[in-house]
Amino acid sequence: MDDLDRKIVNALQGGFPVCERPYLEVASRLGMAEEELIARLEKLLADRVLTRFGPLYNAERMGGAFTLAALSVPEADYDRVAQAVNALPQVAHNYRREHTLNMWFVLATDTREGIADAIREIEARTGLPVFNFPKEEEFFLELRFAA
Amino acid sequence: MNLDATDRRLVHATQDGLPLTPRPYHALAERLNLEPAEVMARMEKMLAAGVVRRIGAVPNHYALGYTANGMTVWDVDDDKARELGRQVGGLDFVSHCYRRPRHLPDWPYNLFAMVHGKDRTEVEEKSRRIADLLGDACRGHEILYSSRILKKTGLRFGG
Repeated sequence: MDDLDRKIVNALQGGFPVCERPYLEVASRLGMAEEELIARLEKLLADRVLTRFGPLYNAERMGGAFTLAALSVPEADYDRVAQAVNALPQVAHNYRREHTLNMWFVLATDTREGIADAIREIEARTGLPVFNFPKEEEFFLELRFAA
Repeated sequence: MNLDATDRRLVHATQDGLPLTPRPYHALAERLNLEPAEVMARMEKMLAAGVVRRIGAVPNHYALGYTANGMTVWDVDDDKARELGRQVGGLDFVSHCYRRPRHLPDWPYNLFAMVHGKDRTEVEEKSRRIADLLGDACRGHEILYSSRILKKTGLRFGG
């Protein structure tokens, strides 16, 4: 990653324009050619410096729902449980964390009722109780990572 | 905002991202058999309604060197949680801050703040700044470091 890549990563965390030639608009602002911006974006995505480029949707505003949930998984059973949890398409992210509650995942569903269904499914497949941590309030300020 | 069938097709068409072509909204329009102006108008409307938080890049913070990822969790007085949550959420190194339910007796924490750093020392320094801010309203806290990403697909929507 060079300085220009860093400029691109920093610039594109803000609002990308909705217009006929949005890459051209951003490229001009950064003092580069449209095709170079597109080529570098392709490479940043291929190299996994960026995990995604595009609209970021808010599931709740679409009638869907989100929750954060956790399991306390016995170490000997960890891989099996991880596979069982990850197999559900409603599991968007899943992290191992260092704690008695050692598996933390985000559930995202198209409908509000979908969350309870997914939790029941996970409990049935893993035999473990799910700790559900639905958000009660959000204090949102999106982090801008300095690249 | 109620999304109609066309909005949902647009959401579905962009869940892997925006086309990397000079006229990305035109490319979507062609794929969905719509007019480019309609695609852009619908995108603007979803942005205004907050259905789309923003259009942009999601960096892989590991690739940028933010390899320490700590979920800091705090047991904060309920009647002060909103005001303190706002203050913690406003710190420039906190990416997300939420109030969530306790699960007593196992889990006394009701405020969650994600903190990223180049290493654990940095996460701990930042966590101390949160502790200072919370002061006596906080009875205890922990930092849960992530040690492995088990899955990261982002959101998937039917459509």
